[in-house]
Amino acid sequence: MKKVEILAVCSHPEILQTLLRLINSNPGWNGTGVENEQQALAYFNETSFDIVLLGSGMDEVSEDRLGPACLAINPAVKLIQHYGGGSGLLTCEIHEALA
Amino acid sequence: MANTVLHKADTRGFADHGWLKSHQSFSFAGYYNPERIHFGALRVLNDDVVLGGGGFGKHPHDNMEIISIPLEGDLEHKDSMGNTAVIKHGDIQVMSAGTGIYHSEYNQHASEAVKFLQIWVFPNKRNVEPRYDQIALDPADRHNRLQQILSPNTDDAGVWIYQNAWFHMGNFDKGLSTEYNLKAKGNGVYIFVLKGDVKVNDQLLNTRDGYGIWDVDQFTITAETDAEFLLMEVPMEFKY
Repeated sequence: MKKVEILAVCSHPEILQTLLRLINSNPGWNGTGVENEQQALAYFNETSFDIVLLGSGMDEVSEDRLGPACLAINPAVKLIQHYGGGSGLLTCEIHEALA
Repeated sequence: MANTVLHKADTRGFADHGWLKSHQSFSFAGYYNPERIHFGALRVLNDDVVLGGGGFGKHPHDNMEIISIPLEGDLEHKDSMGNTAVIKHGDIQVMSAGTGIYHSEYNQHASEAVKFLQIWVFPNKRNVEPRYDQIALDPADRHNRLQQILSPNTDDAGVWIYQNAWFHMGNFDKGLSTEYNLKAKGNGVYIFVLKGDVKVNDQLLNTRDGYGIWDVDQFTITAETDAEFLLMEVPMEFKY
């Protein structure tokens, strides 16, 4: 069965690692992590992601730009603005996006 | 006309990690209920018991207003901003996680449990500079009246957060009644009963029940027994 591909964007390296660890602990999900908008778009152009997870640290302009840019490439992608930084809300946010 | 939602205490999520027993009013970690995601900007209400010597190791947070209210015992807090503090019954602690912080929380006692409420409110601004605050409240100031413990204003009573929210606590003798007037249009109030029975308008609530009410300007809360409760007024519509 195809895994849900999740691109996590977060400029805080330790939080990004936590997010990836939590995502990849679910056998049905595969997480890829990047730290900024440019890296995100480079990966997004090469790989088919189901979800883009916007974590902390990006400036508002980059956040506002990244979502529409991803949707222009893949209108089916789900965008999640992640809150909380760890295990509390992440699973729920992904389940909601997939529902 | 008022809209309401009732969450009876025994319908909450529950996680037992041995050292931590957590009743969760809204979906959190392994508890997922699509009918219980949030009440407006109120996203997490965890009623936690940490056994003696136990605690949350170093873990990250971002973009969330996190409020801790100890009910019994002492909880030691350490964070990546250099804060080390002990919060105890009567205190309220707030963290604006913003761009990201790490912290740990441990029960200071080896044998006695610590009980506390962990409350998360969506911020009205993402990626703010992280901040931490803690104040001691006088529980006498909530006896038979509402004590404001949180607001959006830096110069108001209680702690402040990045959200148009107000929290109050009350410790009412049986029979006492008061009216709560909402502070802002478009806000709702989530009432959480800590102890005893209360009525919100005509709705009876028992210990640890939660009740949300919105599309109202005011409501009446009456202690049916000696009772303690927390009122959390939050925006119902918000950008996040």
